[in-house]
This record gives sequence, structure tokens and C-alpha cells, in this order.
Amino acid sequence: MIAHTHPYPAIEVKALSKSYGEVRALDGISFEVGRGELFGLIGPDGAGKTTLFRLLTTLIAPDQGSASVDGLDILADYRRIRQRVGYMPGRFSLYPDLTVEENLAFFAALFDVKVRDNYDLIAPIYRQIEPFRTRRTDKLSGGMKQKLALCCALIHRPSVLFLDEPTTGVDAVSRNEFWDILFNLKAKGISILISTPYMDEANCCDRVALINEGKILEINTPQAIVEGFGETLYALSGEDMFGLLEAARRDKEVRRCYPFGETHHLLTSPGFDPRRFAEALTATGFCGVSVRPVEAGIEDVFIKRMGNG
Amino acid sequence: MDDRVISVKDLCKDFGTFRAVDRITFDVHRGEIFGFLGANGAGKTTAMRMLCGLSYPTAGSGTVAGFDVMTQGEAIKRHIGYMSQRFSLYEDLTVWENIRLYAGIYGMTRRQILRRTAELLDRLHFRDEIHTRVGRLPLGWKQKLAFSVATIHCPEVVFLDEPTGGVDPVTRRQIWELIYEAAAGGTTIFVTTHYMDEAEYCSRVSIMVDGQIRALGSPGELKTKFAVQTMDEVFRMLAREAKRGE
Amino acid sequence: MGGFMSFVRKEALHIVRDRRTMLIVLLMPVVQMLLFGFAISTEVNNIDFAVVAPKHSEAIRQQVERLSVNDYFTFKGYISPQATDELLRQGEVDAVVVFAEDYDRRVNAIADGYPTGPAIQLVFDASNPNVAASGAGYLQNALQVGGTQHLPIETHTMYNPQMKSAYNFAPGIMGLIFLLICAMMTSISIVREKETGTMEVLLVSPVRPLRIIVAKMVPYFLLSCINLITIMSLARFALEVPMTGSMVGLIGISLLYILLALALGLFISTVANTQVVAMLISGMVLLMPVIMLSGMVFPVENMPNILQAISYIIPARWYIEAMRKLMIEGLGFGAVWKEFVILIAMTVVLVTIALKKFNDKLE
Repeated sequence: MIAHTHPYPAIEVKALSKSYGEVRALDGISFEVGRGELFGLIGPDGAGKTTLFRLLTTLIAPDQGSASVDGLDILADYRRIRQRVGYMPGRFSLYPDLTVEENLAFFAALFDVKVRDNYDLIAPIYRQIEPFRTRRTDKLSGGMKQKLALCCALIHRPSVLFLDEPTTGVDAVSRNEFWDILFNLKAKGISILISTPYMDEANCCDRVALINEGKILEINTPQAIVEGFGETLYALSGEDMFGLLEAARRDKEVRRCYPFGETHHLLTSPGFDPRRFAEALTATGFCGVSVRPVEAGIEDVFIKRMGNG
Repeated sequence: MDDRVISVKDLCKDFGTFRAVDRITFDVHRGEIFGFLGANGAGKTTAMRMLCGLSYPTAGSGTVAGFDVMTQGEAIKRHIGYMSQRFSLYEDLTVWENIRLYAGIYGMTRRQILRRTAELLDRLHFRDEIHTRVGRLPLGWKQKLAFSVATIHCPEVVFLDEPTGGVDPVTRRQIWELIYEAAAGGTTIFVTTHYMDEAEYCSRVSIMVDGQIRALGSPGELKTKFAVQTMDEVFRMLAREAKRGE
Repeated sequence: MGGFMSFVRKEALHIVRDRRTMLIVLLMPVVQMLLFGFAISTEVNNIDFAVVAPKHSEAIRQQVERLSVNDYFTFKGYISPQATDELLRQGEVDAVVVFAEDYDRRVNAIADGYPTGPAIQLVFDASNPNVAASGAGYLQNALQVGGTQHLPIETHTMYNPQMKSAYNFAPGIMGLIFLLICAMMTSISIVREKETGTMEVLLVSPVRPLRIIVAKMVPYFLLSCINLITIMSLARFALEVPMTGSMVGLIGISLLYILLALALGLFISTVANTQVVAMLISGMVLLMPVIMLSGMVFPVENMPNILQAISYIIPARWYIEAMRKLMIEGLGFGAVWKEFVILIAMTVVLVTIALKKFNDKLE
């Protein structure tokens, strides 16, 4: 489908800023999304993800900086951008009182295409919800709504797809299925910008930007981000987890200790000796204490960067 | 002594011919952190509403905080705490006004309110924000405050519906530490979440699929039983079997 | 144009799926017309009257008999002139008809074309001015219409000889209902899309906002046309308004007013961001002045100057005035050209402002 090479990146953002009153929602953000790339914006609510999406989909205008989508400027060429992008806002923007097929038909009409024109693109997704096509959308489960919203955003075969937190509030299995769908779309050459508050989803992206309070903390491939953690991370576990947390924080050589799944993660000073630390804890009455080095994850990087900022 | 704060047996809820919750049975003990997991549409919300006294079960029996779930919904409501992801605080009221409102709802005296508020603000380091409108606080602060407000009347059990949804990883952990602290102080915690690493923080976890509880036990027990490394894998194995769309 | 029609279809589906609202919209005019027409009428239909007749001539007896058989009047008997005040004060009677001592002579004189004093005097209990005014009108007419001679009683009500109040209310109800359906419903349906987030997707599509807006208006326009037909049929057949005025003018000005109300709705939707605000604006800012100032309830002429001045900028005032002329007074199109021009000007201004304000960005 995209046979020729594009001279422009899918998205190019240069020093983009946007404020709402005194709140600086975006503070001089720059990044690039390549053709056919699956790019993730990872950050909590209020980080500025939605503002960035609205800027790039030409719904709002920036205070400073510039950006282009598909080589088109978000201010000067906004009408042409609107023909080429697919957008799925944070809340699934479907009409609850219309049925599945009525919603799809309407969004097709919105882009002046017929559902059958691009059926090949949505077919793998739409087939899963097709049994419910005469059901009203408000009677669908979260996972099905999410798939229908994606079909609606894809119906005009956009070259760039914007997905604002499509997996929020969706259970782990549905989230997995959704990512599989995105891999397929990527394989068809569609560039995707996706935001998510779930750190574990970063590994599904080609590259990610960690974003917090309107600023980008880091941009890289998930692997490189993890490798750039730059120090040994220890995992602490034992029987009284809450007690261990407090005990670890009292230790001089532990800079930081936070719960992480079944263990606590420790950031330590250079002189830290895990064996001595474990023995000291056991001596104060903790049972089954284990301290071992672990590989850091995206979430560890995020926590570390947030702490520094 | 019976330390069961929640004890339900064969609880069912039907909507017409549709059985949303299908004979669930479990106990939650005092001071426990009980994780209530399930896929979308598994019946979690419906089950939680029954336990909070917001709706009556179609069949079954049980007690929450010592009151009958079949008949004493109003009494249950007075003796539990509840915090939901979407709505818990009034954005246009200040921190203090919110606290006073909720404490007042639960019939606390003025002296009790002042004492508990001082404790709460110290613990959260919120002293300076007491007259700030909640709408101006960052999301993470709101959630921490919401949790504290939900437990201000020292309920026997507090129900938390996705307390950490969308919150940054640092605040998420701070909220869990508040939860730990409350549990250590004897408050029973009943919590739902979509973050599987948070399932590891729970004393025991139940996983609902198609209206039934398919797994129940400590995270360690469940991982051993299903022979996997993480709770995430346990959840996926069970949720994949789900037949129900909604 | 396939795209446009699917917009209209989608909007129509929203309306049809919301059964309760649609029912209200379609039934409201019927209920209001019947309510105002029959129940809450200021019309007077049972006037107790007594007669003072110094001499009982045949002509007087005929007049009294004619009044007695009329459904609206109940004859309470002959009284002496001195008792008039007492009976009225006690509320025993609403009116006293006093025949002149030389009634027969005066009637004959009038028939012969000689000037003469009044032959009949009407005395009314005016503690309820409404009853007094309309009752006087009734009685005068009854005495006039029934008599073979032209009596020197001044007739105040040239139109609507029975003074049926439903006549006066019909234009007011129309002014209200079109505003309610068009302004309120369209503004709510646009703002709802802002609230649920679908507006974001609509805006991030190549479709021009104007097309979305016009498509939204079409179903409400049609709905209003149905209501126009309903109200006019009810007026004609249930309330028996003669409707002898210009039909073209009547329908033309109604359609113009509907367009104006739609533009108002669009304007509200550009100001409001939530459905509640849209509802409040249409309810408080639009409906209240329409009810108070448009002459629907209180005659505009009786209002203080400042309020009269305000009423000039209220579209409903002009619409209702024009409809009175066309529907009730039975005048031709030429009588309402001023109202027509004013309404057209208002529509143009509103549409321009609304379209300017409705931009294709979120801010």
C-alpha cells in the first residue's frame, strides 16, 4: 500500500508548548515518529498526553512551537491533515444509542467512504464484533467498544493513527488482543501514535517517550531505555512485606525503596552489600529475606526519572 | 473469635434471565487486603455493589461488617468505606470542606472530625493544602485524599474500586502504602485493579470469570497452582476461558 | 450528497431512539393547546345578571329572554335601581343591565336616525377586571346581535366576538413551542456531542462543520413542521379559530420563525459546554422573556416603557404579533410585512454570529 518512500516523517514535533491558564500542559516538547512506526507516549494522567493529541489532530492550536503530521503543518494545512488521520479520543467516541453497524456506517459517511471500500483493513477486527452488529453500542462490553471505536477510526484508511489511551480501564486479556491488532496495522504500513498509563505496554512499542507534567523525560526504544537505567537494581522479598519496606527505608545505604509486584525494588548507594543487608534484616527478626539483583523495567526508569525531576 | 469481616455464600444476582453473578462464596478476614480481580464484564462491579449494600442479591446469604447482605443494605452502608475511581470527592469544595462533609455523613462529632483530620493531613503532608479546592490538586493527591476520606470514620472494611487507575507510578505506590498502613491498623481492604503487579500486594486474591470465582488464594498459592511466574499469567490463563462478551 | 443524508439519518435515529423525548415534543403542543384553549381560559362563561327595568315593555322582555337563553348568562331576576349596588357588592350578581326609562322611545328614535342618549346601561363588578371586560363585551354583543335595531352601545371587541381566549393563546403557544423544540433541542443535541467526546471525532474529519450543523437541523425542522400542522389543525377544528387570514403568510412566517429558533439553538451551543448549561440558557434566557414579554400572557401595551423596549429585541414578540393578525384578525399578508422584515433581519444576524462563533477547533 505504501510502496513509495515518504520524504517526511509521520509526525514531527518541535518545541511544542501549550498552557491552560496557569497550567503548563505541554512544555517545549520535541520528537519524531517515523513512517510505519509504533510510537508510545507513556505517562500518568495529567502528563499532557491528551493535549498533545489534540494539537496533532488540529483540534487546538499551540502557544509556541510547531508540528507537522504527514508532512503537513498543523496550523496551515489542518484541513488536509484531517483527511489523513484516524483519531480515537480517550473516551470511546461512539454514539451509544446507535447500533454497531449504524456507528460504523456513520463514520464511513463522515469520511465520504463506503464501509466495503476499506473492509479488508478492518475485517480482522470487525469480525470479532460482527455477531453483535445490530446491538446498541451502550450494550457492548468495554473491550468490544474499544474494537468498534478502532474500526471507526480506521474506516477511511488513515496514514497516521492517533490512539489516546485506548487500553485504559480494559482488562489485561483484552489489552493483549488490542496490541495484537495494532501489530497487524503496523505491518500494513500505518504509523501509530499511542498513549498509555500502563508502563508494561511500553515494550510493545518500537520507541517510547516517557512523559510527565508536560515534559518528556526520555525518548528511546524500550530496550535502550531500560539499558540506560545505569545502576544495579535489587529486589527484596520476605514474609512481612510491609515491615520490610519500612526497615529497608531506615537503612543508610538504601536511597530509595518502593513496592514492585511481589518484591520491593531498592536503589542503593555504591557501598551497598546485598548479603550483609539481608543478614541484618534477618537478625532483626524478618523471615525468608531474599535480596538479589534484578533487571530494571520501564516503570523503574520512570520512577527514577520522576524522583530526579 | 470470628474475624470474618465479609462472609458470603452462594451469592447470585440475576438481571432478567441473565445471571451476572453466579454463586460466589468467600470469606475476607480482619486486616486482610483482598484483591477482587476479573475481566471486563465478569460481574465484579455487580458483586461489589451487593457487598456495599447498594443492591440486594437474588439468592444466597452472607454478612458484611456483621450485617446481612440480603436485608440490611442500609446498615452495611453506614459501616463501610467506599472509594471509586471516577467519583469520590467534590472538585469545587476545598480539602477541609470535603473531609467535613464525609465525616458528617458518617455521623462523626466535631471533635472526632478535627482530631482525625489533623492526623490525616499530617500523614499525607497536606497541611498547607487544607483550604485548596480539590479540583486544583494533582490527580495523585486527589486519589490519596480520597482514600483517606473513605477511611476517616475508621470503617471495618473499605471497598476500593480501581483506586490507582491512571495514576503515575510513584503516586500509585504511595497509595498502596496508605493501603498497607490501614490494613496494618486493622482495617480490612477489598480492592479491584487492572494492574496485575498490584495483585501481588494483596494478602489474598480472587479472580472472577463469567460471574463465578475461578481462583482464590494468596498470590504465591495461585502462582504455584497454575505453575507460572507472575499473577499476570494466572489472570490471563483464566480470563482467556471467558465465554461472556458482556 | 450521500454523506449529507447519512448525517440526517443519524440525527433522526437519535431522535427516534429517544422515545420519551420525542413523545413529549409531539404531544406538548397538543396538550398546551387544549390546556390553554379549554382549561386555563380567562374566558367568562357564566355571568349572573339582574335587570333594572322601570317599565316592562315587550321589547325589554324580548331582550331579557334572549339573554336568559344564552349559555353564558344566567338571569337572576328584576331588581329595583337602589338594590344594584348592594347585590353587586355581595357578589350575588356579576352584572346589572339597566334599561332606560324611555327605552322603547329611544330605540325607535335610533331606528329613525335621531340622536339620543344610551338606551341601556351596563353595571359591572370590576373587582375582577377580566370578568368585567370580557363580560361587558359579551353582554353588549348579545344585546346587539339579538336586537333588530342598532342600539347605542359601544362595542369594544371587533374581532373574536366571543372573546375566546384560546384564540389569543394559539400564537403564543406556537411562539413558545418552536423555540423549545428548535432552540433547546438542537442546542442540547450539539452540546451532547461535545460532552460525550464525539464532537472531537467529527471535527477531526474532513467534513465542514456547516454540513454537520445543517444536517442536525433538518430533523428538528421537520419535527417543527409536524407541530405547525398539529397546532393549526387544533386551532381550526378543535378551538374553531376561523383562520381567514393569508395562509401563505401564516405558513411563511412560521417557517421563518422556526429557522430563527434553529439559529438561536446553534448560537446557544457555541456558548454552552454542557447539556445542563444549554438547557438553562434556553430555559431561562429564552423562554422566560418569551412568556413574560412577548405579549403572550400580558399585553405588551400595558407594560412599562423599559420592558416594552426590551420586548423589541425578542423575536417571539414579532412572531406572535404577526400570527395574531393573520390567524385571529384574518388580515392579509400586507399587514405583517413589518414583522416579516424584522424576523428576517434577526435570522440573518443570528445565523451570521452563530456560524462565526462555531469554529472547527475545540477552543
